[in-house]
Amino acid sequence: MDLFAFIHKNARECVDLTLEHVWIVGLSVFLAAIIAVPLGILISRNERMATKVLNTANILMTIPSIALFGLMLPVLALAGHGLGKVPAVIALVLYSQLPIIRNTYVGIKNVPPELVEAGRGMGMNRWKRLKEVEIPMAIPVIIAGLRTAAVMNIGIAAIAAYIGAGGLGVFIQQGIARVYEEMIITGAILVAFLAIFVDAGMALIERALTPEGVKISRRAGQ
Amino acid sequence: MIQYKGVSKIFGSGPTAVTAVNNVTLHIEEGQLVTFLGPSGCGKTTLLRLTNRLLRLTSGRIIIDDRDIMSWDEVRLRQSMGYAIQEIGLFPNKTIYGNIAVVPRLLKWDEKRIRERAEELLIMLRLEPEKFLGRYPAELSGGQQQRIGVARCLAADPDILLMDEPFGAIDPINREGIQDEFLKIQARLRKSIAFVTHDLYEAIKMGDKIAIFKEGRLIQYDTPEEILMRPINGYIEDFVGSDRALKVLGLLKAGDSMNRDSSNTVNVSANADEALRFMRDKNHSSIVVIENGKPVGHVKKERLRVGEAQLKSIAEPYPFHINVKDNLRDVLSNMLLHDIKELPVVDEKGDLTGTISFDNIHRHIIEIYSQRPEQDNAP
Repeated sequence: MDLFAFIHKNARECVDLTLEHVWIVGLSVFLAAIIAVPLGILISRNERMATKVLNTANILMTIPSIALFGLMLPVLALAGHGLGKVPAVIALVLYSQLPIIRNTYVGIKNVPPELVEAGRGMGMNRWKRLKEVEIPMAIPVIIAGLRTAAVMNIGIAAIAAYIGAGGLGVFIQQGIARVYEEMIITGAILVAFLAIFVDAGMALIERALTPEGVKISRRAGQ
Repeated sequence: MIQYKGVSKIFGSGPTAVTAVNNVTLHIEEGQLVTFLGPSGCGKTTLLRLTNRLLRLTSGRIIIDDRDIMSWDEVRLRQSMGYAIQEIGLFPNKTIYGNIAVVPRLLKWDEKRIRERAEELLIMLRLEPEKFLGRYPAELSGGQQQRIGVARCLAADPDILLMDEPFGAIDPINREGIQDEFLKIQARLRKSIAFVTHDLYEAIKMGDKIAIFKEGRLIQYDTPEEILMRPINGYIEDFVGSDRALKVLGLLKAGDSMNRDSSNTVNVSANADEALRFMRDKNHSSIVVIENGKPVGHVKKERLRVGEAQLKSIAEPYPFHINVKDNLRDVLSNMLLHDIKELPVVDEKGDLTGTISFDNIHRHIIEIYSQRPEQDNAP
């Protein structure tokens, strides 16, 4: 078995599949954020809705990915997208809802009540409070949710190769079919590295986007 | 000017309803600081929060400068008043400048004007603008944060301030300091202020008037002196405490009680013979020795011997002088500490304006307590 020889020989494909993987995950997290962040903010204002939305997102999480692909196949097939990237991205967007909604909700809920009170008392309307106080205070927690979603999606996207979505899962799926060990291991290692890399990258983004004053007060609180 | 007319607030409904504020009528005059005082749950904070419509009135009216608060847009109403809370609530993500700028920005002031205002406010609160404006709240001490809370509340120069235990979160020593500063600022700005506190001393010190609440009702609304000297009922009596006569001392000034009679002063240039003759003629047991109108010391009759000695060398210097503005509690405490029965009272320039003794204070207190309130004098 010569892993390095395999990687060397297939360097081009390694890069292409990695980029494809990043594209699927990136797109799905982006789309998920557009839906889940506003939803998280919305439910932080309404307890009853919060319970319902969080429960629904919880249930979505429990569906095995292979089963979800199977369930979507006949529905999306009607639109001619039963296989390929479309069902993969849709599934990833669904899986991302829970971590992003939950973190946004918790982040906004955890803004100290006296800040909201002071903002109201000074005559900041809802939108101003959200924009100038609540979101900046919650940003580290919201980004942490995106980070969880991204790392999780890298793993799930590998399975999406079975429905022809492409990405690093292709190595694993084909390797298994051909009993080609080097191929399987290369796919697995690249997926793992990608996850570690993205996790570290998101940590940097989290730090960069956290307002300076919030970092100082967190340090002072410790 | 704030007028509360039959204001009530009921939380909940049916059998679980709680009346937090019960038919309160009171009037905060232009430029006055009124403290809302009472135990927790007495409705003082609720009344404050009704004023800027953080809570909705159940019944009654609140009128600010002849305009019913219900006729305002609630956000505009709040922007027109300063608001400070015990927890301060500075925004950690904003710099000190950003915090002070919140309301001016809502009011669309231009940045140059906001910056000037922020600098002015920091100087007023004795914090260096160049050092503090760019910092974040977490980098400041509790006392400094509280000052910024006050600055933020004053930022857009509102006529009305609502303050809910604004100095409640700092230690007693710093609190004294910031109270004194705030009183100085208020003496200059003359805002109309509703100031919630549960601390009797703070209420007495800060308030032009005190409103004392119990279970949502306004029990007594009067000046601190009146409340201490003539509590309207047992509740107020208990609230102000059995040492209320001593608390009154904290409100009275040396200038009000002193003996203005200056017939017992002798110039420092006189000698012992002259002084002795003067005391015999005028029947004084002691004299105050002055030089250029300023007290230098005192001489007791029994200490004087016939002779040529200059008073300057005989006079016993006073351990300190009392200022006309010192309160009687401090005066009395100093008398006890230094075992001295009579002290000279001086004005801002250090000139002698009178003397003060135990007797003077005692007589003054008796006099005040024997005065009947005006309405009792009516035939």
